[in-house]
Amino acid sequence: MELSQLVFYVFAGLALTSSLFMVTRQNPVYSAMWLVLTLFSIAGMFVLLEAHFLAALQVVVYAGAILVLFLFVIMLLNLGHDFEPDLKGKFWWVFGGGLGLVLFAELFVAINDAPMSSDIDMLTPWLRERGAVAGVAEPLFQNYVVAIEVTGVLLLVAMVGAVVIAKLKAE
Amino acid sequence: MFIEPLVVSALLFAIGMVGVLLRRNAIVIFMSIELMLNAVNLSFVAISKFVGVEAQIFVIFVMTVAAAEAAVGLAIIIAIFRHYGSVDVRNFRLLRW
Repeated sequence: MELSQLVFYVFAGLALTSSLFMVTRQNPVYSAMWLVLTLFSIAGMFVLLEAHFLAALQVVVYAGAILVLFLFVIMLLNLGHDFEPDLKGKFWWVFGGGLGLVLFAELFVAINDAPMSSDIDMLTPWLRERGAVAGVAEPLFQNYVVAIEVTGVLLLVAMVGAVVIAKLKAE
Repeated sequence: MFIEPLVVSALLFAIGMVGVLLRRNAIVIFMSIELMLNAVNLSFVAISKFVGVEAQIFVIFVMTVAAAEAAVGLAIIIAIFRHYGSVDVRNFRLLRW
């Protein structure tokens, strides 16, 4: 087995176990911490799948920005100490676990049906020619320039909306 | 190594969905949704070897929308906490018949 494959399995196991812990911890602060670990291991898998720029983006945007927002809200609302136990009952465990297994089986069957042609590689030559950042940025700012501008407007709208919703009403 | 990332992605998606079903804390439900978005990102990155760099560009858009969604969703959670004094989803029954 190659070393990169071994490292991939390590990251995969880390992501799966820490996501399981994230779902089952009662304290939301611990859940957020396990989610950080999950996101970092997903970033590691991105590196092994030759998406170096996305790995950096994953660390900066998810672990750096979104998770900080989550932790900030948890601490603002003071949910860290006197949290109520919030896991649903036995019936929901059976129902949710069963539904999760069904979903996984369905996805697995879909993956197995996918055409397997492991000799095609459209990514590595492209990235080798242009570099890890320019290989992503060139099509982003040439073919998809309208989409990225619209996404910028979306971010602006979301920011204004968040401020308006979270603002204290003057009564 | 093509099938493994897709299987990991399917497992992460299933775990995220179980989290949405089993938890009552709105913030943890939100984190599970982020986990599902990440699982989809992982499968996009996994297939980018076969469909070219466009799959990675999709991931950038998914991340942007996830950031916007997190900002708005957490603002809604703050507004709800201010109203009910809790983030338990059992309290959010105004629209339930």
